[in-house]
Amino acid sequence: MNDPILDMRGVSKSFFGIKALRAVDLTVYAGEVHALMGENGAGKSTLMKILSGAYRPDPGGEIRIDGRSVRIEGPLAGRNAGISIIYQELSLAPNLSVAENIYLGREISRSGLLARGAMREGVGPILQRLGADFLPSTLVAHLSMGQRQLVEIARALHARSKILIMDEPTTALSAGESERLFALIRQLRTEGLAIIYISHRMDEVYALGDRVTVLRDGRLVGSLDKQDIRADAIVRMMVGRDVSSFYKKDHDPEAGRGHPVLAAIDMADGRRVRGCSLTVHAGEVVGLAGLIGAGRTELAHLIIGAAPRISGRLELEGRQIEIRTPGEALEAGVAYLTEDRKALGLFLDMSCLDNINLAVLGRDAKLGGWLDRDKARERADRAFAGLSIRAANVAVSAGGLSGGNQQKVLLSRLLAIAPKVLILDEPTRGVDVGAKSEIYSIIDNLAKAGTAILVISSDLPEIIGICDRVVVMRTGHIAGEIRRTETAPLNQEDIMALATGMEHLDA
Amino acid sequence: MPDNGASKAQTVSTSTNGAAAETRRQRVRMLISALGMLPVLLILCIGFHFLSEGRFFTGQNLGIVLQQAAVNTVLAAGMTFVILTGGIDLSVGSILAASAMAGLIISKLPDLGALWLPVAVLTGLGFGVINGALIALLRLPPFIVTLGSLTAVRGLARLLGADTTVFNPSIPYAFIGNGSLTLIPGVASIPWLSVIALLVILVSWLVLRRTVLGVHIYAVGGNESAARLAGIKVWAVLIFVYGVSGLLAGLGGAMQAARLYAANGLQLGQSYELDAITAVILGGTSFVGGIGSIWGTLVGALIIAVLSNGLILTGVSDIWQYVIKGLVIIGAVALDRYRLQGSART
Repeated sequence: MNDPILDMRGVSKSFFGIKALRAVDLTVYAGEVHALMGENGAGKSTLMKILSGAYRPDPGGEIRIDGRSVRIEGPLAGRNAGISIIYQELSLAPNLSVAENIYLGREISRSGLLARGAMREGVGPILQRLGADFLPSTLVAHLSMGQRQLVEIARALHARSKILIMDEPTTALSAGESERLFALIRQLRTEGLAIIYISHRMDEVYALGDRVTVLRDGRLVGSLDKQDIRADAIVRMMVGRDVSSFYKKDHDPEAGRGHPVLAAIDMADGRRVRGCSLTVHAGEVVGLAGLIGAGRTELAHLIIGAAPRISGRLELEGRQIEIRTPGEALEAGVAYLTEDRKALGLFLDMSCLDNINLAVLGRDAKLGGWLDRDKARERADRAFAGLSIRAANVAVSAGGLSGGNQQKVLLSRLLAIAPKVLILDEPTRGVDVGAKSEIYSIIDNLAKAGTAILVISSDLPEIIGICDRVVVMRTGHIAGEIRRTETAPLNQEDIMALATGMEHLDA
Repeated sequence: MPDNGASKAQTVSTSTNGAAAETRRQRVRMLISALGMLPVLLILCIGFHFLSEGRFFTGQNLGIVLQQAAVNTVLAAGMTFVILTGGIDLSVGSILAASAMAGLIISKLPDLGALWLPVAVLTGLGFGVINGALIALLRLPPFIVTLGSLTAVRGLARLLGADTTVFNPSIPYAFIGNGSLTLIPGVASIPWLSVIALLVILVSWLVLRRTVLGVHIYAVGGNESAARLAGIKVWAVLIFVYGVSGLLAGLGGAMQAARLYAANGLQLGQSYELDAITAVILGGTSFVGGIGSIWGTLVGALIIAVLSNGLILTGVSDIWQYVIKGLVIIGAVALDRYRLQGSART
């Protein structure tokens, strides 16, 4: 390869005396997809924020772009140096058009008036090059997540960026949209762009990465070239040890023949869920698989009364029950862990203590609704110890924790009610490898204790690793069910066939 | 490799030093955020004391400040409940007027006169619950609902007295408006209005920080959808906070009525809602809900009262008082933002 387009040498960054990055080197060439991996808190975001100008590095390191030493002293400087970053949460203004978003901050004006026509014409060629199926005048609010990402990429190209940083770009995308994004990334690579791709997902790194660099605890662990990229090698580099028993499944595999705890019969909301029935037994872990948009989360919301249903009934331990609100679900012992813990789960400004105790405050309270603060404190301490939640103390606000610890705080709230049924929606999304394995073992222990568990997940290895039985949904229906047997373990192909409707083609 | 070992040891020790410094810094930051605007209040008091040549810190003047702050403190306490849920109550000034009118009219009835106080408070509660029900059950935006009741309840207040001023020089319990609680006979006393205001603050603190309901109020303000999924009856919390705001506006109306022996549906409580909102914001409560404290609100209400009092003492003209008050409010909040940079949102 020729000279690198980006060469970072000995870049460090400390916050209040804590080193977030220690003398990290990163070399990126034009025309490559460089995957950057590491657990949450390993320093990936800090490194990228230095590149985009959001943070200033400590003195001592050097950043070279195209061989010239540069100092990136603000977001504008980052953009001028040819670096664009696409964050997980897209930074578009939904109330403006595609063209206005792309030109945001650099609008064309003629004698002080906005030249909308010129801006629309200006973005036309780029949208065409990206194969966009929408117009420059379309409002961003009307676009899907995948299309919005395209607008972000168009904005980067329009700014003539040479280095494009993408932070977990597929988190909000459907499978089809992800595929299109990958094709686009490959196209941009051949056009000579350098792409730094941050992801937790191994399959994406396989599919795209020309090289992988792994960070751990703010240090560079090493880089792998394409031919050396292997899951076990990367995981070992990320966690610093072998992960032999990543998925834990010690609970009784025969649990599925025990007594049914939750039976949902013919649930429908008239839109996304069209008559679904499923049963979960005591001590059993059931996976609910399917493509994004198949209606899995919607079904869970119907079960816990978070959305109105037009038909269906629930049986809990053989008795018919009526659940009209999430509050009634909790009272009945049916707990639901949301897939969107920041928007629908946690109270980010409240302490971990309050977050953990929220569902049982009323039950614990003394006469007249007075808080029992000792009990709350005790419960939070027990949750911290039992789920190994890592935070300074139970009084810190939940918003400051890492994804994995936030998830464990939210899980503690549900466990506080000692649920009979636990519905986990994407329990390990945005969670680092170490915390993932801890969450698996929590799930396993709950199953051993007799809790009936339903796991909604888009991560097939996860479903296969921890579930006894998989129910697959497709476009609002239950497409089928696969049971693990001693002779035939679960496999991704069978699940995908059901999820996509390919099983008929096989036959 | 002795070199290597030594440098490693050094790294460890610097990082523990760093961690210790960090916890120290965190503690200082927590202390600063707990103190909030208290330093601003103290600086204002001391500044006015010198500018007025020593007339600020006198027993009599402090009594006046406390008395002037009382009604606004009570309204601002109710406003704190509402703003903590991410809402707003623009109708408290009008509710105060309607409650005072209702109270005064009852106080003139021959046998029921003594009931005027609960009637005033319950009138306020009634209007507050109506606000809350419209917001919680019909899911209307708080700004719109209370903007509507700001106007409608003002109209009702005028209707109650047939658009005249109602007088009652012999109103029962008049002492709460003009009397003082003697702490040390002949030396120290505190106006009953201020006693009521402090009690309201104390009870509000207990409710917000020591009850389940209090946690639920913070939760609804912090993340309403998450609160709903966590099983909190969001509608009940909302009706409660607007009810409290109305009830305290009613209490404020009773305090005004007892102080003035009169009420006028048109003039009483005009733009009181703005002072109440200002006190809450000065107290550091986030406008989007979920963050804030009732003690901050007390400090905010005192800052407003001290400003008015101090500007009069220093002989600033009435017109300039408006300009200065406005600028101090903006400046104080700007200072607050700077102080909490990065650690809080608004």
